[in-house]
Amino acid sequence: MANKINILADKCIGCGLCVGNCPFGAINLQERPEHPRKFKLAVIDANKCTFCGACIESCKTFKAIEMQKDEVKSAVDKSLYRGVWVYAEQRHGEISSVVYELLNQGSVLAKSLNVPLSAVLIGSNITSKAQDLIDRGADKVYVYDDPIFIEFQDDPYSCILTSLIEKEKPEIILMGATNIGRSFASRVAAKIYTGLTADCTALDIDLETRNLLQTRPAFGGNIMATILTPRHRPQMATVRHKVFKEAKVEQGRKGEIIVNKVDASKIISRTKFLGFIKDASASINISDADIIVSGGRGLGNPEGFKLIAEFAELLGGAVGSSRAAVDSNWIPYSHQVGQTGRTVAPKIYIACGISGQIQHMVGMSSSDTIIAINKDKECPMMQMATYSLEGDLYEIIPAIIKEIKKSRCAI
Amino acid sequence: MHILVCIKQVPGTTNVQIDPEKGTLKREGVEAVINPFDEYAIEEAVRLKERIGGTVTVITMGPPQAESALREAISRGVDNAILVGDRAFAGADTWATSYALSSAIKTIKDFGVIICGKQATDGDTAQVGPSVAEMLNIPHIAYVKKVEDVTETSMKVERMMEDGYDLIETPVPCLITVVKEINTPRVPSLRGKMAAKKAVITQLNAQTINADVTKTGLAGSPTQVKKIFTPPQRQGGEKFTGEPQDMAAELVKKLLNSGVIN
Repeated sequence: MANKINILADKCIGCGLCVGNCPFGAINLQERPEHPRKFKLAVIDANKCTFCGACIESCKTFKAIEMQKDEVKSAVDKSLYRGVWVYAEQRHGEISSVVYELLNQGSVLAKSLNVPLSAVLIGSNITSKAQDLIDRGADKVYVYDDPIFIEFQDDPYSCILTSLIEKEKPEIILMGATNIGRSFASRVAAKIYTGLTADCTALDIDLETRNLLQTRPAFGGNIMATILTPRHRPQMATVRHKVFKEAKVEQGRKGEIIVNKVDASKIISRTKFLGFIKDASASINISDADIIVSGGRGLGNPEGFKLIAEFAELLGGAVGSSRAAVDSNWIPYSHQVGQTGRTVAPKIYIACGISGQIQHMVGMSSSDTIIAINKDKECPMMQMATYSLEGDLYEIIPAIIKEIKKSRCAI
Repeated sequence: MHILVCIKQVPGTTNVQIDPEKGTLKREGVEAVINPFDEYAIEEAVRLKERIGGTVTVITMGPPQAESALREAISRGVDNAILVGDRAFAGADTWATSYALSSAIKTIKDFGVIICGKQATDGDTAQVGPSVAEMLNIPHIAYVKKVEDVTETSMKVERMMEDGYDLIETPVPCLITVVKEINTPRVPSLRGKMAAKKAVITQLNAQTINADVTKTGLAGSPTQVKKIFTPPQRQGGEKFTGEPQDMAAELVKKLLNSGVIN
């Protein structure tokens, strides 16, 4: 009952197409003792193969790869699970904007499945926010309002969400790929033994199976994978900020608000929340920002971030940075964009003096418009940007600031 | 305290490049390295040991090649290493990986704090740490940027959030995942390198960790990869050269016309 994959030695000509196409580096070409120096043979490393089928796709001409996948048996009775949920994350009593984005896409999914869209709101003194979720498209809102939920802690939040899932059995749960969402969604999925797909950038429904088609980047965005949770329910996915547009507000929309009682004695809460310290340097959260102005090594000194901040403020944007600038202690780590920092996808990303190392690129390459300002026109960022301006950023940025101010005065 | 560190071996991403003709990942010559975030986890474990005493054990689930990552961890001050490997684990998603890791950890009875990197750079999910904690039925705190206080029975940490940080206290045993800001990893010492060479790596498999093989590997994974494809490459756009004033005027005009700024 294991999956099988075989290379048909009589059909393989050793062209290597599958080697290049394998995202997991699981295929190698080996010499054939019977045909030295003539044909090579592709060999699959069973330890690395995940049976994704990318190699079969690449071998259409020769049909030299055969794969048998296990018949997937459902682990649960999937017909018991109906409805689309959005976890309505709140921080300090305010609903995160990613929730409105999820409600927008959630309603698309719910419509195609012909089921209601529900939101789950957990917090303290939070019931008044339920109508906002209905105004944004939720048909039903489950509310848990208790002082035990005043600040986010993984234990009580995952405990209550798990028990609601077990009772109501939704088929899909969408959550923001925020620090909160990623942390406790994992616990919930682990507990109920279901699939959780991180950082989805596209969500669709296969109507025949009611499976959620979850597309996400992997290997730092160099490849995309479409992931299914075929045998388990609910299908859980986290989605980053700005992937979907916010749902429009429809004032006074009708919906059902279910305020559930909380029996605090039944809720596990092993950790203790001691306090919150606000980051004063991050007046605008870079994951939330529509415009990000980032500075890198090309600034030459920490003072350069004053110009970057002025530029960002003028545009109503946030300040980002490359790793090089953070490592030189020019700016705190919370501003770092890239693989070891944050991944962002603003409407406009302005890279000032950032050459565009791959680790930086994976953190921002899905921005709508990219503007690069750099002395080196050959660097990857300048090659990839929507608009690239060659020259000294200390001359170009003030000129842009002046132009924008001028255009605003004219109006 | 017996401190555990969970690590993963990933492709050394600095070398990951796209083949311009085929649009696929170039794999040749890409070395495997310790997941960059796990280096902070290793360092923090060694620092905790230096603070309160004890031993550090590093653990990974992976193919036999992952042994090199374990040896490198030893060169950075870790005492023991465990490789959890079995054919039955191949193709595991985050659930099945967490199941195998937590099953292995259950065989280590006396652990205190478990430390993981916040995520691995190949999959970027950040799911395995919290899932392992759930399966072990211990609390976890993700995105830890500082360990303020630690004793044999409790720990006080700063959790990095989008808008600042939270201060949280947790009983031990517990699991934390750490961000880059937590420390600066040390370079391997000569003594460490010697120890790494000589170290005997404990090998565990599905049977020795009492794993239910229907819950491991591809077969035990709730998520399945349906399709893999290369995203369309971003094409470069318009290039501006010349006097700063002229470039700025032209750029701002374009941005205003296309409505991206106002």
